[in-house]
Amino acid sequence: MTTVAQYNFAYLDEQTKRMIRRAILKAVAVPGYQVPFSSREMPMPYGWGTGGVQVTASIIGPSDVLKVIDQGADDTTNAVSIRAFFAKVAQVETTTRTAEATIIQTRHRIPEKPLGKGQILVYQVPIPEPLRYLEPRETETRKMHALEEYGLMHVKLYEDIARHGRIATTFAYPVKVEGRYVMDPSPTPKFDNPKMHMSAALQLFGAGREHRIYAVPPHTEVVSLDFEDHPFTIQHFPEPCALCGAREVYLDEVILDDHGGHMFVCSDTDHCEDRRAAGHVGPLGVAQKAAE
Amino acid sequence: MTTEQPLLRVSNLAKYYGSRLGCADVSFELWPGEVLAIVGESGSGKTTLLNSLSATLEPSAGETLYRMRDGQWRNIYDLSEAERRFLVRTDWGFVHQNPADGLRMTVSAGANVGERLMAVGDRHYGNIRATALDWLGRVEIAADRIDDQPRSFSGGMRQRLQIARNLVTGPRLVFMDEPTGGLDVSVQARLLDLLRGLVGELGLAAIVVTHDLAVARLLSHRMMVMKDGHVIEAGLTDRVLDDPREPYTQLLVSSILQV
Repeated sequence: MTTVAQYNFAYLDEQTKRMIRRAILKAVAVPGYQVPFSSREMPMPYGWGTGGVQVTASIIGPSDVLKVIDQGADDTTNAVSIRAFFAKVAQVETTTRTAEATIIQTRHRIPEKPLGKGQILVYQVPIPEPLRYLEPRETETRKMHALEEYGLMHVKLYEDIARHGRIATTFAYPVKVEGRYVMDPSPTPKFDNPKMHMSAALQLFGAGREHRIYAVPPHTEVVSLDFEDHPFTIQHFPEPCALCGAREVYLDEVILDDHGGHMFVCSDTDHCEDRRAAGHVGPLGVAQKAAE
Repeated sequence: MTTEQPLLRVSNLAKYYGSRLGCADVSFELWPGEVLAIVGESGSGKTTLLNSLSATLEPSAGETLYRMRDGQWRNIYDLSEAERRFLVRTDWGFVHQNPADGLRMTVSAGANVGERLMAVGDRHYGNIRATALDWLGRVEIAADRIDDQPRSFSGGMRQRLQIARNLVTGPRLVFMDEPTGGLDVSVQARLLDLLRGLVGELGLAAIVVTHDLAVARLLSHRMMVMKDGHVIEAGLTDRVLDDPREPYTQLLVSSILQV
């Protein structure tokens, strides 16, 4: 019988982890600056979070507790497989509870529960360059970052207002970090942008295909770009979560039947479960239980 | 030309591509409000000279001094890259022959005009839009085209939009590379008329590269004739065109087709 292949702790070899940690340290030292790193092939395709996985792999230790979320949910394919990956190659404890996790790897959302000191949020980033669609040349965008030439970013917001009457960018909404670098907060909804501002948690961003790592250290200023007469606003939902009744949270629309039936539920599944356990019930919450 | 100091002072400028000559021994002064035409046949070094002057192509020798807004004389190639880029997008303009090189074809006309304003820190949408509208009016583009992309514009409109985009920050010096190239005669005439009006009204200094002597005659106060990388004749436009001294200039002037 052949033996099962032995992996180094957290899959990556120690030299690679050191290389990535050096990139992370530089990224933390220069908030919002995209640090190039030598991204590795991971046992999953690009677009599945190889950047985030590499960052997580190089900072995780045996005592860490890992939570992985995908679009706010703990039970979607991406979240389940990455959690299983680290449970296998690092034998770490995993959780779905935001408060218990020391490392949270995320795609598209920041948990509703405010993060605390000692927690690290790792983002999976598809396109780290906020200026990419405005200026395709990488040599030019790097120069623009270096010289702080960010007028072009406002051209995009101008176009939004000219076309839609308001800033219609709802995700990957550009932010300025600590008054210096303009950064793409990965495809999180702009609803989450204010949570990045002065967060007590360390926020790390890994883009595997694009070979970039950037970071927002704890208690760092993160300001969403806007115009004086068109200030930044976040999304507001007219109704509360159908299951837990929460307001002022980010909601997903769920189709219930083929006759136009739908409901809005918390995108953050852990937050929703917590609230229901604490006795909060939304308009459809009871009906949901009766159906089961 | 009320100021007593020139705006640009060029001495012994030369550009070699390896051992091949681009242009050499070019010296001149440009005064505020003055339009200088550089004429000559293809390959005579006109564009090389223009690029060397406009901080896009570092010359091999010589110096290009520019009087900054604070009155200081600076060699444009001694400026830091940040200063140079700032100068280029505020105090200077560059009108390309092909409007697609100078415009962002995928953003609206309004944003094209507003980009320079946003680059220097304007953050009020209403003001930016009002300025853009004003400038579109000045270059005779209808106000209802402000949200259209330049892709949907005709060649003449694109060229006018490019001019508006360059002039919105109130530059003191504008470089133009064959601004009327590729346009038909009637559109050319309109564009020249517009340019002449704007240059006079704003007191712009301009350096216009052209092979079209009619453009030089209409727009410029002075002209330089180039051949094989050297300036062979320079002087007031009317003097050079009416009384050319060099055999080559005489040939050039006499080769204009008469209809």
